[in-house]
Amino acid sequence: MQPYDMPDEKGHFGQFGGIFVAETLIEALDELRVMYEKYRHDPDFLTELQYDLKHFVGRPSPIYHAKRWSDRVGGAQIYLKREDLNHTGAHKVNNTVGQALLAKRMGKPRIIAETGAGQHGVATATISARLGLECVVYMGAEDVKRQAPNVYRMKLLGATVVPVESGSKTLKDALNEAMRDWVTNISTTFYIIGTVAGPHPYPMMVRDFNSVVGVECKMQMNEMLGRQPDAVVACVGGGSNAMGIFYPYIDLREVRLIGVEAAGHGIETGKHAAPLTANSPIGVLHGNRTYLMQNEEGQIIETHSISAGLDYPGVGPEHAWLKDIKRAEYVAVTDTDALDAFHSLCLTEGIIPALETSHALAYAEKLAKTMKPDQVILVNLSGRGDKDINTVAKISNINL
Amino acid sequence: MSRITDTFQALKEKNKKALIPYITAGDPHPDLTESMLHALVDAGADMIELGIPFSDPMADGPTIQRASERALAHHVGLSHVFKMVKAFREKNNKTPIILMGYANPIEAISAETFVVRAKASDVDGIITVDYPPEECKQFTKLLKEKNIDSIFLLSPTTELDRVKLIIEQASGFLYYVSLKGVTGAANIDIEQVKSKVGIIRELTKLPIGVGFGVKDATTAKEVAKISDAVVVGSRMVQEIENSNKDNLIHNISKLMKELREAVN
Repeated sequence: MQPYDMPDEKGHFGQFGGIFVAETLIEALDELRVMYEKYRHDPDFLTELQYDLKHFVGRPSPIYHAKRWSDRVGGAQIYLKREDLNHTGAHKVNNTVGQALLAKRMGKPRIIAETGAGQHGVATATISARLGLECVVYMGAEDVKRQAPNVYRMKLLGATVVPVESGSKTLKDALNEAMRDWVTNISTTFYIIGTVAGPHPYPMMVRDFNSVVGVECKMQMNEMLGRQPDAVVACVGGGSNAMGIFYPYIDLREVRLIGVEAAGHGIETGKHAAPLTANSPIGVLHGNRTYLMQNEEGQIIETHSISAGLDYPGVGPEHAWLKDIKRAEYVAVTDTDALDAFHSLCLTEGIIPALETSHALAYAEKLAKTMKPDQVILVNLSGRGDKDINTVAKISNINL
Repeated sequence: MSRITDTFQALKEKNKKALIPYITAGDPHPDLTESMLHALVDAGADMIELGIPFSDPMADGPTIQRASERALAHHVGLSHVFKMVKAFREKNNKTPIILMGYANPIEAISAETFVVRAKASDVDGIITVDYPPEECKQFTKLLKEKNIDSIFLLSPTTELDRVKLIIEQASGFLYYVSLKGVTGAANIDIEQVKSKVGIIRELTKLPIGVGFGVKDATTAKEVAKISDAVVVGSRMVQEIENSNKDNLIHNISKLMKELREAVN
């Protein structure tokens, strides 16, 4: 079988991906693509990146056997890739370090980013502070309210946080606004996109920088168990943590890859953020073609999820492709089930997971029950849940 | 020949430049769009750019984005836009209507259906903001078969090779975006626009329109001197935003007349 080799040179994953932007952005994307091609295999650049991933981020992150939780669930053994232990508390930093080092090489003094839950914003503000770059983060006004601690964190790190009041005031609107900034300030500004969406080369580049997660897993599973997992499970909003852990496993056909979307109040209610599971139509948004939640007139519809980081109407084009070629499976988990898994992991393993990650945990729980005790599920524990304690407390009617 | 080409030809014979206002269909209310179109023509518009409302207008500034939101509050989508153009055509068979919008509403009904319905409503041209030439070859072909013009944007950062690639697919006219940024952003640098328009002229016989950043009659006058058409978008939408339903027609007609006089 041919090794997996996507996207094509124009950024297409089959019919998905591509470059769908106004002419004013084309030159900037061309410049980025050329520079990324130049540095992605450059020994100096890679040495600098490796150094920061090790000494600044704290890589490699461990894999942890959640034994008590596995026993309690009953069935397969669940292992957790501890991206929550990274500096800034999530996988997002792998990508921001990579892109910020690229920005530095390109001589761009100003960094902009969009953020949903705030994890990508914090990771971007962090690396910008470390490199002495100006940082502006666009965040939906709704998310600013939901994620106050992260907003303050970004400010502490010297970033300017701009609340976005347009549209649904969430992640997609923050992305629109960041694009507008970029097109206006192209010569000085590097736009660090936080997920595997956007126009080419972003989906590929963000995947590549995050794939350190999957690369480590392959080595670590081999060291720990002498084998690879039967299934890899990760949550999917835009899909960066999932692509990061899936990508190095794509050619290992015996490993099931399972992406878990946010079913919100339930797929049948329409209040969710699960375009793949709900069989949403194909469309064009934020520079790429993918499955998109939209109405009959092609207007993007509002999504719902308890977790701001999964609250996105589209999905990275490579996930759309992996779904179509049946290499990955996509399922969805409701707010309620994600919350149950959140509490369950807190109590049995002493780990507070992010609400985004809790979706993956909830599905792993369900899946484990159908498997044998000698089988292995590897979950990407993409982030820690400290940022979510206000949300969870509110749902539990507790006033902090 | 298309209505757009005919219009440019007729203006050229009179040594005049085209004036193209932009409004978003359904802004401020779908019932008003048709009468606004007629009023703009009466006040001196040579062609009209009619925006298709979209929930995520990434290339537009806050002014046009708010226009989209006002239209969407009345659930205005492509099906209404086609009806509005058809209604306009019952009284006006001469003024070209150019639709401007984003790819997703078109793909939602499919490019094939879009083209058939655009033709049935007598639409003359289409600008799809987020379709660079590489990604819309099939769509351009379908439009060509129906004799609908494909109008492409050129920007200050578009390199010469790309200008050539775009010219190969373009018809009607070329739309030069006068500044780096979204619609309605900072002021135009006339000298810079002049030099770039000069370079493009050597490559094509297509008329060249200039837009993004034409903020007043004075700028319109300057732009008219160096181009074949002046597009006024955010400034027109701003006038709509600042009007109520009683003075709306009066205000946009007044602005249109001022621009007309300046351009003449």
